[in-house]
Amino acid sequence: MPIELKMPALSPTMEEGTLAKWLVKEGDTVASGDLLAEIETDKATMEFEAVDEGTIAKILVPEGTDEVKVGTVIALLAGEGEDAGAAAAAPAAAKEPVAKDGGETAAGQPATDKAPTPTPEVKGHGASPAQDVPASQPKHDPGDRIKASPLARRLAEQRGVDLGSLQGSGPGGRIVKADVDGAQPGKAVSAAAPAPAEAQAAPAPAAAPPPAAHAVPDIPHEAVKLSNIRKTIARRLTESKQQVPHIYLTVDIRLDALLKLRTELNATLEARAVKLSVNDFMIKALAVALMDEPKCNVMYTPGELVTFKRADISVAVSTPTGLITPIVADANSKSLSAISNQMKDLAARARDNKLKPEEFQGGTASLSNMGMYGIKQFEAVINPPQGMIMAIGAGEKRPYVIDDSLQIATVMSATGSFDHRAIDGADGAALMKRFKELVENPLGMIA
Amino acid sequence: MPDTYDLIVLGSGPGGYVAAIRAAQLGLKAAIVEREKLGGICLNWGCIPTKALLRTSEIYHYMTHASAYGLSAEKAGFDLAKIVDRSRKVAGQLNAGVKGLMKKNKIAVVEGEGKLSGKGGLKVVKDGKTTELQAKHIVVATGARARDLPFAKADGERIWTYRHAMVPKEMPTKLLVIGSGAIGVEFASFYCDMGAEVTIVEMLDRILPVEDEEVSAFMHKALTKQGMKIHVSSGVEKLEAGPDGVKATLKGGDVQQFSHAIVAIGIVPNTEAIGLEGLGVKTDRGHIVTDGYGRTNVEGIYAIGDVTGPPWLAHKASHEGIVCVEAIAGRTPHPFETWNIPGCTYSRPQVASVGLTEAKAKEGGRQVKVGKFPFIGNGKAIALGEAEGFVKTVFDAKTGELLGAHMVGAEVTELIQGYAVARQLETTEEDLMHTVFPHPTLSEMMHESVLDAYGRAIHY
Repeated sequence: MPIELKMPALSPTMEEGTLAKWLVKEGDTVASGDLLAEIETDKATMEFEAVDEGTIAKILVPEGTDEVKVGTVIALLAGEGEDAGAAAAAPAAAKEPVAKDGGETAAGQPATDKAPTPTPEVKGHGASPAQDVPASQPKHDPGDRIKASPLARRLAEQRGVDLGSLQGSGPGGRIVKADVDGAQPGKAVSAAAPAPAEAQAAPAPAAAPPPAAHAVPDIPHEAVKLSNIRKTIARRLTESKQQVPHIYLTVDIRLDALLKLRTELNATLEARAVKLSVNDFMIKALAVALMDEPKCNVMYTPGELVTFKRADISVAVSTPTGLITPIVADANSKSLSAISNQMKDLAARARDNKLKPEEFQGGTASLSNMGMYGIKQFEAVINPPQGMIMAIGAGEKRPYVIDDSLQIATVMSATGSFDHRAIDGADGAALMKRFKELVENPLGMIA
Repeated sequence: MPDTYDLIVLGSGPGGYVAAIRAAQLGLKAAIVEREKLGGICLNWGCIPTKALLRTSEIYHYMTHASAYGLSAEKAGFDLAKIVDRSRKVAGQLNAGVKGLMKKNKIAVVEGEGKLSGKGGLKVVKDGKTTELQAKHIVVATGARARDLPFAKADGERIWTYRHAMVPKEMPTKLLVIGSGAIGVEFASFYCDMGAEVTIVEMLDRILPVEDEEVSAFMHKALTKQGMKIHVSSGVEKLEAGPDGVKATLKGGDVQQFSHAIVAIGIVPNTEAIGLEGLGVKTDRGHIVTDGYGRTNVEGIYAIGDVTGPPWLAHKASHEGIVCVEAIAGRTPHPFETWNIPGCTYSRPQVASVGLTEAKAKEGGRQVKVGKFPFIGNGKAIALGEAEGFVKTVFDAKTGELLGAHMVGAEVTELIQGYAVARQLETTEEDLMHTVFPHPTLSEMMHESVLDAYGRAIHY
C-alpha cells in the first residue's frame, strides 16, 4: 500500500493553500523529517516535512498549484520494500472498500454508501470534494453555516463552547451532542480563541456578504490576484468591523522621561548589542497595563467572558505581502532587552514569510505603531477574538501646558480600540490611564 | 480445503442476516450459517407471527364490540387452527423473503449447526456431514431462547413457552402468564381478547417493569378492566402439570388451578456448544462480552444481538450487526449504543417508548420537564373509538433535550419512531414545537405532549 501524502493543515484555519514548491522529485528516497515541499498558507510559507520514510512514487499535484484543499492527496509514497512504480499505479485500487484482504486497510476513509469510493479527483485547481478532507482540524470559516444539531447548538451556547472550534462527528461533519460533550468548555474556548487567524468566537451571524464584484473601470491598470494573506486580512478585518462594536479612547502622553531613560539604557546596553526602540517600551507598557487592568485583557465568547492571566502582545508588522502580527508572549514578565531581541527576530522572519503558526496565532491584545510614518493619531481595528488594540502615534514636540505654563514637550497620542461587548468604557479608560502613567513614569514598568 | 470467505455470520436472525447483507453491500464475500430457518426467531417464532396473531385478536375484539360502531356482527366466532395457520403462512412468506435476499446479495447459505474451530475456522454439521468454512471475521449471532422455571420445564402441553403459545392446538380457558415483560403481556392480551380468563404474575412491583411507572400503572388498570387478574410483587413457587391443567402455587401459598401456563420470565443466550470456550471468548453470565463494534476479546470473533445482552430486541440486533460489519469493512460508524432504541409491546392497548423514563431521568440528578397528553383530548382517537391512553414526554429542563418518550394507547407502536428520529437528530423542544403535525392524526398528541411539558398544550 503506498502511503498517501495529503495537503497538510499548517494552521488551524487553513482550508487550502498553494503548493509553492516541491523539494523532492519522483524516485527520491525520503526519511522522516525530510522536507518535502513548501506550502503557502493564508499567513506564511511553511515547509512540509515527511512523517514516513519511503520513496516518492508519484507527485500528483504539481508545484505552483494554488487553492489545493487540505486533505487532497498531493503525492504517493511507496513504503519500504514496495515497488514505487506499482505504488504509483495503485491509487485507484487502494480506494476500494476493503474486501479481498478482509479489511486490514481500514483507513477510515469517509465514503458514500455502497459503491466503491471514487478516487478523489486531483486536478490542478483545488479539486477534491469537501468530504475528502480528513477530520483532523477545525475547519469552519466564521462566515460559513456551521452544521450542528439543535441540541449541540444549545449546549455549546450554555457552556461557552465555540462551535467553530469543533469537528463534527455526525453525518457530513455535523456537530452533535457528543462533540460538544467532548470539548472542554473553558479550554476549548481559550485554545481556540486567541489566534488571530482563528474562527471567531462570536456567534456566527449571517455570512459576511461577499464583496460586490464591481466592474473594473476602464482606466489603465494592473490587476494582481489576491494572495492568501490578503484574503485573510480582508476577511478578518471585515468581520471585526461588522461584528465587534468598537469604542475608541485617546490619551496624550509625554515621552520625555521615556526617551531619556531609553538613551541611558541604550548606552549601557551597547556592550550587549541591544538597542531598545520606543516600540519595545510600548509593548512592555501595554502588557503591564493589561495585567494591572485585567478587565481589558479579555475575550468575548457567546457564553463566557474569558480573562487571561498573561499578556501576550501581538505586534503589527508590515511585510511586503501584507500585515502580520507576531506575538511577544508573556510580555508582562519579560525584560525590555528580551522583548527587544525577540521583536527583532520576529519582525525579520515575518518579512521573510518564515513565521511558524504558533508565532502569529494567539495573543491577548495587539499593538500597532505608526509613529515612524509621522501619523499623529489613528484608530486601529480590533484583531478578534482579542478584546483590544492599542494604536500609537508619532512622538513629536508640541506646545504643552506644564504647571500652568506653556512649554514644549515631546508628546504622543495613543488610542485604544476596545470590544465594547466585553469591555465597558470606564474599564477601557482605566487601562488608558494606566498605560499613560507607565509611559510617563517608565521606571514603573521596569521595576 | 475449507471454503473461504471474508466474513461468516453464525445465525440468521434479524442481527445475522442484516449483518450478512451489509457485508455483501460493502464488497465482502459473506456466508451465513443457520441450523433452522433463515430469519431466526424474529420472523419464524417471534416478532412477526405474534403480530399476525395479535391482528386476529384485535379484529375479533372489534367484531365482538361491533355495535359500538353501529355494526352488527352477531355470530362472531373463530377457528383456532386457521388463526395459527395464517400466522405460520405470514412467517413462511418472510422466511422465503430472506432466502431471496441472500440470493440477491450472493451470500452463501450453509445449513447446519455451526461451531467455531480454531482461528478463523467454522465447522458446520448437518445430518452427520461436516462442512469446513474459513474466514478472517466470524460474527456470532446465535440469539437466545426462553428461560425455563427451575422447577418446572415447559412441556408444550400444559406449560408453554412463547414457542408453544404461538401454535396452540386448543384454546386455554384459564391461562396463567408468568412474567409481565413485552412477551408475557402480548400473549396475555391475545388470549384475553380471544376469550380466555387470564392471570398475570409478576415478581417485581409493577407490570412492564422496564417502562415508565405511569405506563405500568395505566396498563395495570386497563388490563384489569379487560378482566385480567394481575399479581405483582408475587411469583410462582410451584407449578405442577396434570392431565387437565396446571396447579400453581403463588408466593404466599395461594394455590390456583389453570388450564395452561405460559412462562415468559426472560431469556437465556445461546452460547453453548458453538466453540466459544475453545477460543477463550469471554462471556458474562452467559452473554458474550463485546465492545461498541461487536468485537470480542478474541481477534476475528465478533458477536451481535441477543447473545450479547439486553435489550433483547430484533432492531437492536440489526443495528449492532450493521455497526459491527461497517467497522470490519474499515468504515467509521459510530459505536453501538443503547440510548435510542425504542421498545414496543403490541398488546391492546399498545405500549411504546424510547429513552429514559421520568424516574431514570431524575435518578441521574437532572431537572426535568414532563409533558403528558391524553387520548381523550385527541379528535382522531375519539373518532377511532380509542380514547384510552396517553403520550408522555420527558425533557431536560436546562438543555431542552428530549430525554424520553412514553406512550400507551392505540397505534402508538407506529408513532414512536417520530420521537426516535427527533432524538437521533438531537432536536430540542423548540424544533418539536415548531414542527407541524397533520390533523387529524394520533400524532398530534406527540406535539401536544411536548407543548404540555412547557405549559403550552392547546387541547387539554
